[in-house]
Formats: sequence, structure tokens, C-alpha cells
Amino acid sequence: MSEYLIELKNISKRFGGVHALDGVSMGIRPGEIHCLAGENGSGKSTVIKVMSGIYTPDAGEILIDGKPVDRLDPIAAVHNGVQVIYQDFSLFGNLTVAENLALNTYLLEGRGRMDWHRARKMAREVLTRLDVAIDVDAEVETLPTSGKQIVAIARAILAEARLIVMDEPTTALTGHEVDALFTIVRDLQARGIAILFVSHKMREMLEISERLTVFRNGRKVAEGAMSSFDEPAITHAMTGLEIDEETYTPDIPSESQPALEVQGLSVPGHVDNVSLSVRPGEIVGISGLIGSGRTEFAQALFGMENATAEAFRIAGVDAFPHSVQDAIAHGIAYVPEDRLSEGLFLTQSIERNMVVSILERLRRGLFLDRDAMRRKTEEMFASMQIAAPSPETAVGNLSGGNAQRVMLGRWLLTGAKVLILNGPTVGVDVGSKAKIHHIIRDLARKEGVAVLMISDDVPELTGNCNRIHVMHEGRFVAEFSSTAMTEDAINDSLKALK
Amino acid sequence: MKRFQSTEAVIALVLLTVMVLIGLVNPAFWGVANLFSLAKANVVIGIMALGVLLIMISGGIDVSFPAISAAALYITVRTMVALDYDGVLLPFIAASVIGVLLGAFNAFIIDRFKMIPLIVTLGTASIIRGLVLGLLGTSIVNINKMPDALIEFGKQDLTTVTAQNGATVGLTAMILVYLAIALVIHVVLRHTMTGRSIYAYGDDMESARRAGVNTRRTIFFVYCTAGLLAGFAGLLHSSMIWQANPRDFIGLELDVIAAVVLGGASIFGGRGSVLGTMIGVFTLVMVKNSLILMKVDTTWQRVVVGVIIVAATAITAWRDRKKLA
Repeated sequence: MSEYLIELKNISKRFGGVHALDGVSMGIRPGEIHCLAGENGSGKSTVIKVMSGIYTPDAGEILIDGKPVDRLDPIAAVHNGVQVIYQDFSLFGNLTVAENLALNTYLLEGRGRMDWHRARKMAREVLTRLDVAIDVDAEVETLPTSGKQIVAIARAILAEARLIVMDEPTTALTGHEVDALFTIVRDLQARGIAILFVSHKMREMLEISERLTVFRNGRKVAEGAMSSFDEPAITHAMTGLEIDEETYTPDIPSESQPALEVQGLSVPGHVDNVSLSVRPGEIVGISGLIGSGRTEFAQALFGMENATAEAFRIAGVDAFPHSVQDAIAHGIAYVPEDRLSEGLFLTQSIERNMVVSILERLRRGLFLDRDAMRRKTEEMFASMQIAAPSPETAVGNLSGGNAQRVMLGRWLLTGAKVLILNGPTVGVDVGSKAKIHHIIRDLARKEGVAVLMISDDVPELTGNCNRIHVMHEGRFVAEFSSTAMTEDAINDSLKALK
Repeated sequence: MKRFQSTEAVIALVLLTVMVLIGLVNPAFWGVANLFSLAKANVVIGIMALGVLLIMISGGIDVSFPAISAAALYITVRTMVALDYDGVLLPFIAASVIGVLLGAFNAFIIDRFKMIPLIVTLGTASIIRGLVLGLLGTSIVNINKMPDALIEFGKQDLTTVTAQNGATVGLTAMILVYLAIALVIHVVLRHTMTGRSIYAYGDDMESARRAGVNTRRTIFFVYCTAGLLAGFAGLLHSSMIWQANPRDFIGLELDVIAAVVLGGASIFGGRGSVLGTMIGVFTLVMVKNSLILMKVDTTWQRVVVGVIIVAATAITAWRDRKKLA
């Protein structure tokens, strides 16, 4: 009998020219809580998909209970007790809790009849085992995120999981919900189920995990007992950089006029009477859980929500944006969270994507001034350091970091004075991330742009902002300025949210 | 399942309100003769709607079923005439099989080429109609040539009453066929894994696949069953009106889809029930019937059906979005 429940040996996986995994070896022991850490693009999700049989590795060996498995497909993975809980949970919102729990089992057993009675019984049993009270007849979409997660865990247990992989399980949870989740996880461990947490939240990893594996750029860079790591060590392993403790301090006269000044901004159901003022050169961070209203707040500033405000001034002038066109005209720019679906035209060239917001200004008579268009794009293409053969390249062919820089370039071309960034480096690799941060700080310091940065990534905020607001249930509940602004302080504040 | 019931309760309430209003405007509405004719008008559309319901729960849509119905009834009746065959059971089986085959063709294209059901079924509808007219001709088989057994079958009544003007009106026995099919579909949807898989697939295809749903089988099941019901309903229609017209049912897809949406099915998939659909069909048929009683021009009836489809989809879309928020 092997020491490991599942063991990967020298696994490699390529996608086109990219080595997503490069000779990775790791093992998970029965009943342990193991954490897999790494930045975006480090190969974490690829390794999950290898373990769950979705990807077949190009090279390397997978051993389960010490025995090599020739071809691990999704069904074989499930039979071997590997269950993955994805961030979207893969639940059916239109079906009841009981049904969601019974569905897999029934399908696996090849049943023809939907036995509602047994489904409810199974559901009640497993939820009792988890010591949670959820109505088994409720439709899943009526449950809060934490409830959905519990249903997903319960489903994995019913599938006789021996290893439950949880992909970023705490992203949408409040501090109390995270504690509740950890209680459940420890309980699962006591029953001999191994848990693999995939996360980039260091504090939580340190709190719950026993062993840690760190990935960077498709390679394993560290592993060992959690007790042998501390936060800086993990960060160092994840990023390969010594952490830059230096924070951003803008150089602005205190009496300068705010670039953006908002009083009593509300979006019904999402944002409740929020006031904010950002001076030129400032980078102000907004932290908060998913659903805290931070995205709605940002979108309201950009004229995308049905918002009301007592006052809304850009550089001292009343400028409430009733529409996106209004907001752009007032010099506000917004780079959305999901730039691929919200912002970029993937099949179109970098050039076209960059100039799309300033077409009106590039008009000469009825037509577009192609020379001016080319000139402007080429300047921006160079200053954003976009890694592509030319501005003619389609945006769909770029990596996440480069695509994000195209988006930034677009807004800089509009001559925006207020730049709102929502998750500026989500899905961006480490090197690109540093470049983007550098560009943002330069914009603020040299061009005097007022930047509002919304992010899940606390180190990203503490490293770039001179002021951070914590948002919860539509309100600003805490504010930190340079001196008090440590990762711990903000994490504590986020954890305390109910 | 509480919300399903409440959705149905709302539709039923709408239906009752409309009935009362129509009754106030036109007291003849509550006459037995009118109610019997209403019931009759529900049968064929209702059976088709049950097929469309399955497809809509799965997240798809079908606009080819009227063409399938017309093809099934016309091919069957023309063959019966040519062979001088008279009977009931075998023709209905034949029409159903034609429906299943055409439905399978839709399913094959949708599954194999991952194409949008609307475009696929628009195309197949045109192909089917064109082939039938081109290969079999356009002549209508009238009562003088219609097989007698089919006419006799369609004529059966459960009970008859004599109206005030002296004419006798019957409650068609075909209503039993409709109710039996509805019961079967209900049981399939609620109490079989096949049925629950359709709901799961309609909610999230990828999750359904991960959960172990055989997605190809699900697609084939819904489109073949819808084809079967369309073929069956086509011949039933023919035997009830004593005529086989290859150009029948043109434009009916909109009415039926309107009825299904009115019955609470979601155009995004994952939601819908047999009871809701039956109420939706009844409401639509009743509104159209009342417009005729009120002597409203048929062109204006199209407007009403259009308004119903837009309003009902808007309401369900709004309901679904509110749930997500």
C-alpha cells in the first residue's frame, strides 16, 4: 500500500506552445488537508483537470493507491473517489436540493425511475451528517452561495469521495461562512476524506492545511508541511519575487481638487449611500466579497446602473453619468472584471479594439482618419509593451495580461482622468501582473490620473493603493490609509464581516 | 416544487380572469356548445404543445413540428388512399413513426453539429414542406376520398347535447387521447430519470454532462418524442376534420410556442410543466376562439398571439432574472 491516495509523477501537459505543466510531481495522502497554491496561470487548474480525468497528460504517470492508472478518464476518476467542486459548483438551480444530491447517484446506478422519497431521505441523511439545516425541497437557486457549496460538498460525499478538490472555495464567502466551511472540512478529514484546497489566500491556507504544494509557471516550486512555511515564504514561492514592502505614496498637495467626488451614491438593492472622493494621482482600492456591491458601485460610476447620487462631480464640475457615453465624455474609464466578455472584441485587431472608444474623435468628415488611428495605436502599443507581432493581431490570440493591456490602452486613449479598474489582474500571469501594476502606478504618478482599483487580491491593493475602502452589503464599512494598510488588517476586516 | 405550483396557480388565475371577462362581454361563451368546441380545439394543439414543452425544458426550441405534422398526416393518408387501406391503429403508428424519424433528423443535426435548434428546425421545416409538396403533390384529400375508418374514429363523442338552435353538439372523445398523453408526459417528466435529466440538461448542459447525464440520448429523446407527438397529432387532426391538407398548420408554431411559454415554461430551458402547458394551451385557444366569436378579423388575431408571446416571455424572463439576482 502506497503512502499516497493519488500521486502524480513527472506530469507534463502542453497547450500549443505553452507548457501548462512541466514535469510536475505531487502526492496527496489519505485524509490529509492539502493546499495547492499558485498565482493565476501557474498550472493549478490544469493539475485539477488531470486528477479528475478531464485532461490526459502528455507525459508522466498517475498512481492511485500506488497502482499506475493507464488512462484516467472522468468516470474512472469518480470511481476512484476523486470529486472536484468547481467554483460554479455545477449544481442545477432549477432542481431541489434532494434532487441535486440524488441525481448523480441515480444516474450512476442507471435507474429509470426518479425515486423522490429515497432522494429526500438520502439528502436528509447526508445533511444531518454535515450538521447543517437546509430544506431538502428548496430549489438550489434560492440558496445563498454558502448553502450551494454545502450541497456540492454533500454531493461529493454521496459519491463516496475519498478526495474532494475545492477550487477557490472561500472566494464568495463571508468570514463566518469560511469558519463554518472549515468546521465541515475538518469533520470530513476525521472521516478519512482527503481535501485538496486550491487557493491563493495565504491566511486561510495557513489556518486549515497540513501540507502545501506551490506551483509557479507550470512547475512545482515548493512543497512540505505547512508548519515549515510562513506567509512571506509562501508568497516568495508563489511569485518568485521578494515581496516589495514599499507601498504607493502619491505626491499630491492636500488642497488639490478631487478628480472624482461622489456623495450619497445609491443603486437600489446593491449600493447604499456611498460617498467617495479621489484626487488626481491617488490610487484608491476597494475590497469586499463578491456580492458586496463593489461591482455595482463601479458600474454606477460608469453610468451603467440605475443609480442616484446627492452629488457627483468630476474635477469640481457636476457630471452625473446617465449613460456610458456620458461617463466617457466626462473622462471616466472602466476596465471590467471580465474583460473578455464585457470589453474586448476578440476577433478584431488590437488597433480596432484600442480606438473603438474614440472613433468620434478620429473622424474626418464622414470617414475615419486612418493615419491618426495608426499613429495613436502604435504609440499606445509601444507604451503598453504589448507582446504581439503587430497592432493588426487579433485580440483573441493574446494572453490574459496582454489583453488586459489592450483594454488599458483603449481607456488611456480616451484621455480619461478617472480610471476604474475592476480586478485588473484576474487571470493574468505573474510577470504581466507586475508590468500592469507598474503601468497603473505610472499613470497615477506621472499623468495625474485618479485610479479606483477593485480587487479580491489583497496584496495587489496594499501594494498599489494609498487608501483602501472595505465594502460590505452596499456600504463602505472600513477605511485604511497608507500607514494602517497592511494585508493582515484588511484580511481581518474582511473576515469580521457577517 | 412549491414555485412550480405557484407559477401554475398564477396562470390558472389569469385564465379564470380572462374567462370571466370574456363571459361578461359575450355570455354565449359559457354555453355548453361553445365549451365543447373549445375542448375540441385544445386536443391537437395541446398534443403538439406537450412535445414542444419537452424541447423547451431541454433549453431548445422547435419550429419544424407543424411541418412534421403535415408531412406525417399527408404521407399516411395518401398512402392509405393509394393502397385502398382502411384502418385506424396502423395509420396512427405510421404517422407517429414518420414523426419520430423527422424528429431524429433534427436531433442528429443539433447534436452532431452543435447547432442552434432554431436555425436547424427552421431549415428542416422548409425541407420537409418542400419535399412533401414536391414529391407527393399539393392536392387536398377531401372527405369523399378520406378513409372511412379515420373519419369514424375522429367523429366519436363522449356525450352530446342539443343546443338552443336545435343542432346537436358533442364532446369529442379525442379529449381522452389528449389527457392520456398529457398524463404520460407528466409521469415521464416528474418521475423518471429521463425526465429529470431533461430539466438538468436545460439548466446547464455542461453540469449535466459532468453529473453523468447522457446528453446525446436526452437530445434525441426530446426531439423524437416531439416528432412522435407532432406526427400523431397531425393524423388525429386529419381524422377530426375529415381532410388531409399538405399545407396544413402553416404558422401554427407561433401559437403553440406562445401557449407553452404562457404556461410558464422558460425560453432559457429548465422550467415548465405539463399542467402549466395545458392551462397555457387552453388560455390561448380560448382567446383565439373568443376573438372569432366577437368577429375579430383573423389578421388581428395574429397581433393578439404576438402580444401574448412577447408578454409571456417577458414575464418569465423577468421572473428568471429576478431569481438570479
